[in-house]
Amino acid sequence: MAKSIRIRANAKGSVVTVKALLTHPMETGRRKNKKTGKKIPAHFIQEVNCTHNGKTVMTAEWGGAVSKNPYLSFKFGGGKPGDTVGIAWSDNLGKKDSVETKVK
Amino acid sequence: MQRRTFLKGSLASSTVAVAMGAGLLSPRAVLAAWPKSAFTAKSVQDALTAIHGTAATTPSNDIKIKAPDIAENGAVVPVTVSTGISGITDIAIIVEKNSSPLAANFKLSSSSKGFVATRIKMGKTSNVIAVVKAGGKSYSARKDVKVTIGGCGG
Repeated sequence: MAKSIRIRANAKGSVVTVKALLTHPMETGRRKNKKTGKKIPAHFIQEVNCTHNGKTVMTAEWGGAVSKNPYLSFKFGGGKPGDTVGIAWSDNLGKKDSVETKVK
Repeated sequence: MQRRTFLKGSLASSTVAVAMGAGLLSPRAVLAAWPKSAFTAKSVQDALTAIHGTAATTPSNDIKIKAPDIAENGAVVPVTVSTGISGITDIAIIVEKNSSPLAANFKLSSSSKGFVATRIKMGKTSNVIAVVKAGGKSYSARKDVKVTIGGCGG
C-alpha cells in the first residue's frame, strides 16, 4: 500500500503549500450495492497527520463525507526548500499509509 | 435513542455523552482519538458541540469559503476555507443538510496558516458552513451550494 499518497510541497518565501492526493474508497456506510441491495460497509480515512521536519503541523479528522480519493491542501509557515514534509493517514479499518517528501 | 445513548454512556462512564451532560469537560479532553460522536452527530449543533466544545459561533467576514455555486456532482464538491484570523486551532467544514453534518475538522498548529482545501460529498443543496476556532472562540461563515445530483448514496 505504499503508493496511496501523492504529495507535493512548494515553498513561497517561508510559507509552504502542501497538496496531497490520497487514494481511498471513502465509503460512508450508507451506500448500497446496486446488484445485491446490501449496504457497502463504511471504509473511510479518519485521520490524516501532516508533519514538518517530524513535527505535527496539521491533523485532519475526516468523516465519510469527504470525497473518494481525497484531495487535501494546507499551508504552514516557517518552512524552506529541502525540509521534510510527511503525511500519514489511518482509516476506520485500521489501515494506514504514510509518505514523506522534500519541500521544493 | 437518547435514553440508550445515556445508558451506554453511563456504563463506560468516560464517554462524551457523560462529559457533555456534566458540562465540565471538553469532549476533546475525553477523546484523544478520532471524535466519533462528532462525526455521527445528526445536527449541526450537536456536531459543533462535540468537536469544538461549543455550538455558539460568531459570524465573521474574515472567513472565505470557496466552493461552487452549483455543484453538478454532489459526490465531489471542492471546498476551500481561508481566513485571516490569528491563533487558529481548528477549522471545521460542515454541510448543514448531510445526514451527518460534520465533514471534516482540521486541527492546526501555531505555524499553520488559515487555509485548508479538500473535496467533500453533499447529499443535496445545502449551506456549507466553515467554523474556525481561534483563541477559544468560534467564528463561522456559510455559503449556499446547489447540488444537482446527490453524492451520499441516495
